[in-house]
Amino acid sequence: MTLLSVRNLSVAIHEKPIVKDISFNLGTGEILALTGESGSGKSISALALMGLLPLGSKKGGIINFDGNDLNKISENKFCKLRGKKISMVFQEPMTALNPLKNIGRQISETLVQHKACAPSELKNRVRNIMDRVGLSGIDPSRFPHQLSGGQRQRVVIAMAVCLEPSILIADEPTTALDVTTQAKILELLKKFAEQDGISIILITHDLAIVANIANYLILMKEGILVDQGEPKKVFRDLAHPYTKKLFSASSQKLILKENEISEGKLLEVNSVSVNYKSHNRGLFSKGTSIEAVSDVSFDIKRGERLGLVGESGSGKSTLTRTILGLQSTSSGYIKFEGKKISKDNRSFKKNIQVVFQDPYGSFNPRHKVERLIAEPFFALGKEAPHETEQKSIVKEMLEEVGLPLNSTEKYIHEFSGGQRQRIAIARALVIKPKLIIFDEAVSALDLSIRNQILKLISDLTERHGLSYLFISHDLTVIENITEKCLVMNNGKIVEQGQTKQILNDPRNEYTHSLIDAAPKFPEFGHA
Amino acid sequence: MIRPSTSLQFGILLCLIPMIMATISFFWQPFDVTELNISNRLKPVSLTHPFGTDHFGRDMLSMIMVGAQTSISVAFVAVGIGVLFGVPLGLFAANWRGGFIDDGIMRFNDLVFAFPSLVIAILITAIAGPSAFNAIVAIGIFNIPVFARISRGAALSLWQREFILSAQVAGKTGLRISTEHVLPNLMHILIVQATIQFSLGILAEAGLSYIGLGAQPPTPSWGRMLADAQTMVSLAPRLAIVPGVAIIITVLGLNLLGDGLRDALDPKLRGSMKK
Amino acid sequence: MIKYFFRRLFTFVLSLALASIVIFSLVEIAPGDPASFMLGINAQPDTIAALRSELGLDQPKINRYFDWIGGMLTGDFGISYTYRTNVTEMVGDRLWVSLPLALYALFLSTVIAIPTGIYAAAKRGKTGDFAVISATQLGIAIPNFWFAIILVGIFAIKLQWFSAGGFSGWKDGLFNGITSLTLPAIALALPQAAILSRVMRSALIETLGEDYIRTARAKGLSSSQTIWTHALRNALIPVLTIIGLQFSFLLAGAIIIEQVFYLPGLGRLVFQAITQRDLIVVESVVMLLVFAVILVNFIVDITYMLVDPRLRQDSI
Repeated sequence: MTLLSVRNLSVAIHEKPIVKDISFNLGTGEILALTGESGSGKSISALALMGLLPLGSKKGGIINFDGNDLNKISENKFCKLRGKKISMVFQEPMTALNPLKNIGRQISETLVQHKACAPSELKNRVRNIMDRVGLSGIDPSRFPHQLSGGQRQRVVIAMAVCLEPSILIADEPTTALDVTTQAKILELLKKFAEQDGISIILITHDLAIVANIANYLILMKEGILVDQGEPKKVFRDLAHPYTKKLFSASSQKLILKENEISEGKLLEVNSVSVNYKSHNRGLFSKGTSIEAVSDVSFDIKRGERLGLVGESGSGKSTLTRTILGLQSTSSGYIKFEGKKISKDNRSFKKNIQVVFQDPYGSFNPRHKVERLIAEPFFALGKEAPHETEQKSIVKEMLEEVGLPLNSTEKYIHEFSGGQRQRIAIARALVIKPKLIIFDEAVSALDLSIRNQILKLISDLTERHGLSYLFISHDLTVIENITEKCLVMNNGKIVEQGQTKQILNDPRNEYTHSLIDAAPKFPEFGHA
Repeated sequence: MIRPSTSLQFGILLCLIPMIMATISFFWQPFDVTELNISNRLKPVSLTHPFGTDHFGRDMLSMIMVGAQTSISVAFVAVGIGVLFGVPLGLFAANWRGGFIDDGIMRFNDLVFAFPSLVIAILITAIAGPSAFNAIVAIGIFNIPVFARISRGAALSLWQREFILSAQVAGKTGLRISTEHVLPNLMHILIVQATIQFSLGILAEAGLSYIGLGAQPPTPSWGRMLADAQTMVSLAPRLAIVPGVAIIITVLGLNLLGDGLRDALDPKLRGSMKK
Repeated sequence: MIKYFFRRLFTFVLSLALASIVIFSLVEIAPGDPASFMLGINAQPDTIAALRSELGLDQPKINRYFDWIGGMLTGDFGISYTYRTNVTEMVGDRLWVSLPLALYALFLSTVIAIPTGIYAAAKRGKTGDFAVISATQLGIAIPNFWFAIILVGIFAIKLQWFSAGGFSGWKDGLFNGITSLTLPAIALALPQAAILSRVMRSALIETLGEDYIRTARAKGLSSSQTIWTHALRNALIPVLTIIGLQFSFLLAGAIIIEQVFYLPGLGRLVFQAITQRDLIVVESVVMLLVFAVILVNFIVDITYMLVDPRLRQDSI
């Protein structure tokens, strides 16, 4: 039975068309995946279904639900539907809850708003729904800041499903969460679909999730629907060129070229621990000491490409800063080319460079690209080449990363995310370092761009004989771009070895759970 | 890139009025404001005297023009003091954040903020003698913690950004990073704050002059014109209204300018966020 | 929670101590010897010396500082140089004018500003918002003493609804007292109300942009419901700070208004004392005003703790 019927939906925000023309149906008990890259209009479509479009929006088309056209009903009527017949869960659990109210009150608010039960029953119903979403040990008088991201997301889900709506819209509900938590939340959503018969519209850019969980998928690109159907069929037929492009981006395996590995350690990390004093320094207390990195040891030889797998809180950022010499070790030492690294000894700095995750935040918005790429020359001090030579090296680098030479005169905001990462790579290469650290360098990029950048990295490092440490929480990326890898958890290295081996046959329990949790593409019967 | 909004346009327009008046008055005034001409007193609005004359026979328009000089220069230099001392303090605090210097600067800020600025300004001007210079110092001192606090706050959030980390990787020191990377990205906030402090300075100078502690006679100032006009508010309300309106136009203009600049300079509105 | 409270308490006491040192030093550096000032130009050196000794001015500075502090803690603010009366009494009398005036003005300011700020935020982008923004822009630009003069001109002189100045004291009755304070309070309140209204508006607009408001809407709450049950309480936090600041400003900033209306308040007292080099009075009144500011900040901080559960954790 068709629950929801969308016909020619269009949304323009401040005259700019975001959603141009989409039509689809949703049946009872169905899990529909609304997928596409950023800018495709999927989130806005979802907001249109909820009537929560931002100021300055104009919508068109028909949304048939429950005997109403959602595009035309009054706000009053819509309020009666939201939370009761149609609900939504959003992407950022950390900011989705009111910090001043306890979670019990926020959950019961849905019940109270729709007068769903007598006041005396509220407590029970809240307890009930909290148990069902997996928060059985949590007291409803707790406040949001006392819960983790995953727990907060469960609270939001509780608020959304407690009245058993016909439709639940989930907009990238797991993107901001750890891989292990991700899997659990998706399981939870699936459970509600099966047990309570709630139809789910799942918005996600992750095709593997779509393949594993959705009954039907809709692929959007720049506001238009380009492909739809059952995932099995869509991914097998690859009818539309865009579908093909995305699919190969998700499932493609990069073949790493053989790299010459010389003997002798480039980087040696020896029993390094790094402690932090937390900012709890009160007048009467010394504050607690947090061990961010705990007895970590590994080497990187010249030519090696090492991966570091870790989720947030694993200590990888602290480790990176320590290797870069920006943080001192509490015990143990790090040697680069045989010499110890410390905060005061800058000589190694010209040999290690970094590419960061955030293509927006890693550049000063007020400087031109030429100045941005040339910044590392400062590390060479007196040995830095003359200004004119610097300029020509910068131009060389731009060519190597595939960007036009006139980029030097532009500002960083004139470039797209993928282009900015190319500039970041150019900046990392400009003083020909021996080791590059890639810190989640492709995590913020769209799928189709990601592989291009990975290929670029692979080509460049082979051409220049570089070694690198590639940090990522994404196992597919690690698999594609590294030969050896380390797995970090809670500041310790729990497993290390050949990448292929670890991913196929993990010895450690944590590694095992990481691999299990990551959504994988099932086979679709073609190469 | 900068789309002039209504606020900005209005603001610039309104500000120009006193600015132009002040500039012109440097070279030419319709009538000499130091000359008292009792026989000419309290003449109504006319072509020779567009705002009439005051109780000493001085031409109101000329008084307003020269008064503009006083108000603008006092407020301007006071802002200058605030920026010159406050911004470096804020940058230092952010650079050595979490340490003694940061703490010390914050405590200093809190302390200055605890003092009622008007009372201290009166203290300083009354003790050191009333003059425009002392008014500048008194008002300027209270601008320092304002700029220190706002620079520190904005700088702290900039220090979290990855491009700062990049500069550190390149081996740049805190001070260099503060000048090359942090300060340029603060400019838009500082400019807006400067216009706000400027307008507050105009109000403060008027207040001090009103109670006799700003620029002394025969230098005209808008505040003192109001004090003189007070006894005659029923006889010749014009005497009170004109300087008041002058103050209002200047302050309003500056505030609108500040609002307009805030929107125009907001880096978030620059360029499109493509992905 | 306890840690937060004690930390704030410690800051409170420390600030007071530092402020007292600064005040004492400032007043001490002031040129002009009170004794010579009081006795006039023709006074003989030994008369001056005798007076200085009598006033205790020849004691070492440290002693005088601690005497002063000790005195204040026991409620003894010393004897005024000029009037030879108990400073505590003088201040007490004036306080009964300044404090009610400041509270009256604060009340008016809040009562005007909060509703208009909320209204403007709710009607953001529409005519109502524009009207409020324009009005507040104008309000901020108006010097309060000029407004006072105009008010006197219209309501006291022309319409004769109020007197043009002066304050006969509370003994003449509550109603009379409040009437004489009304015009001054309105003059004081206007620019403050304009500022507060803008703060309320922007705080509410910012809060309404937060994710949890969207979550509330998704649960079925209407726009106005989200304002009242979610946004307002969160938005009031920064507004609270401003109200606290305004109180301090009103107490001290009333100096000029008191001149306009010839009110016998703290402002006029400290102004006269400065011109008369009556150091004891100056020190005490300034200390009192600073104390009021620091106290109000302390109260605001504690209120935060009660309102925001995140501050009740010991991880601060």
